[in-house]
Amino acid sequence: MRNLSLEVRRGSIFGFLGPNGAGKSTSIKMLLGLVRPTSGEAFVLGSPAGGVEVRRKIGFLPEHFRFYEWLTPAELLHLHGRLCGMSASQLRERVPPLLDMVGLAPHRDKHIHDFSKGMMQRIGLAQALIHEPELIFLDEPTSGLDPMGRRLVRDVIRSQRERGATVFLNSHLLGEVEVTCDHVAFIKDGEVVASHDLRIFGQGEIRVVVRGRNFTTQVVAGLAAWGTGMNLEGEQLTFTTSSRDALPDVLRHLVAAGSEIYEFTPERASLEDLFVRIMGEDRGL
Amino acid sequence: MGCWTMAGITFREAARKKILWTALLAGLACLVLFGIAMKYQMEDFQTRATAPFIRYQILSAMLMLGLYTVDLLAVVVTILTSVDTIAGEISSGTIHAIATKPIPRWQVLIGKWTGFACMIAAYVAIIFGGMIAVGYWVGGVTPENPLQGALLVCLECLLALSVTFMFGTWFSTLTNGIIVLGLLGFAFMGGWLEQMSGFTESGRLVAVGIVSSLLMPSEAIWRRAAFEMQAPLAGSLPFSPFANVSIPSMTMIGYAGFYLLISLVIAVYHFHLRDL
Repeated sequence: MRNLSLEVRRGSIFGFLGPNGAGKSTSIKMLLGLVRPTSGEAFVLGSPAGGVEVRRKIGFLPEHFRFYEWLTPAELLHLHGRLCGMSASQLRERVPPLLDMVGLAPHRDKHIHDFSKGMMQRIGLAQALIHEPELIFLDEPTSGLDPMGRRLVRDVIRSQRERGATVFLNSHLLGEVEVTCDHVAFIKDGEVVASHDLRIFGQGEIRVVVRGRNFTTQVVAGLAAWGTGMNLEGEQLTFTTSSRDALPDVLRHLVAAGSEIYEFTPERASLEDLFVRIMGEDRGL
Repeated sequence: MGCWTMAGITFREAARKKILWTALLAGLACLVLFGIAMKYQMEDFQTRATAPFIRYQILSAMLMLGLYTVDLLAVVVTILTSVDTIAGEISSGTIHAIATKPIPRWQVLIGKWTGFACMIAAYVAIIFGGMIAVGYWVGGVTPENPLQGALLVCLECLLALSVTFMFGTWFSTLTNGIIVLGLLGFAFMGGWLEQMSGFTESGRLVAVGIVSSLLMPSEAIWRRAAFEMQAPLAGSLPFSPFANVSIPSMTMIGYAGFYLLISLVIAVYHFHLRDL
């Protein structure tokens, strides 16, 4: 890692994105005290990263959650709860609803060695939430989950934000990140290269593709009132606008100027487009 | 608190391992074999009208052989059950979910050590006690100072446990196992070479034994245990493999305790510092 500087707002869902080997998991490990930085300092919830006191307020789901396979999910949660300092009576109240929340209540008496990968992720998520932490680090939480499981994790993450917790999410699934996170940061070669507020990003740049005939020079020039980057190739006209509200005016302008419109398609730039633009085509996920 | 939680889960984990139950079965098989052999020997004594003094010497030597088997078995079980606990959990990532909980890392390691120590103490109590019981019921022979003997065998196992934990914070499971078993083999050879000095009367063999004990004092602990458990007359017979030829001093036992402690401190220190 080099010059890593991150600021995550309390009560938000933060996505940490980057290609393989960019340093995402290492960054989380440093914030949790699993790995020591060679230089620099990090503060989590106002305290130096990795300390016992700050870990009391943190939950963590590792990328490949593994645990003693001879335990049942209820036993596993009791163990992790005890390690978090919870009493037996607190755990008796906390464990059943938590198992229910992650969809494992029907499997509470099974041993973990009978669990699928998706079920392991679910119990891993539950152990991260057992003590209702203020900050939750989730490293690839939807990895290995089916669509139902992904939806469940998404709902759990949102419910944690509603509770007031902050969620720090590492994920390769950009579609998941796009619908879940409030903010994202992109990391490349150990450095944060960009960050975005997805609540604003979703209302931002719109690329419009228009197919038709009779796009005269005057018609195209007239679009400058609403957009930029006009490009006419044969029957396809493309341009970019910053506001969805401009679209009806653009369409009226084209029709009034005598253009024949077959197709009018506004496209939002996706997080994946942004990711590829920042990381470069060849980096892959 | 975290320490006891880790100790409890480690004890349960150890108890779930097939190797422990297999080792218990192996121990029980040794007890059965020992009981049958002693019974046959008793019948032979009656047939041949062997003198009581000779009977006693033979039965004492048989009992010492049985207790030595228990000692070896307990040390091997200690290593095989614990060799994977630190190294394996680091390499598999299991440790990540534990080390991020609000307990200091030293409590994780000491808790695991305590869990294994309890398991091993129970194992020694069952098999060691069983061997003494069989010796008494079948042959009417008992060791001198059985409690001291059992405690020394436990000390040897805890020494092996601490060394296994120490190397487990550095090396993979396989490498760790090879190093610890290699060290025990080294101590075993040094101890028996020193024992041979009783026949060869070579002072240099004694020196070899002392140096090997300083590098790994496990075998010295057993030889002290053998000295404590044998009657003075039985131990003085030079033809016995357990003869009191070169008795490790209590200073050596103190050194073994210090070695155990230092190994554990190094294990805690390195586990605290290393990246997981």
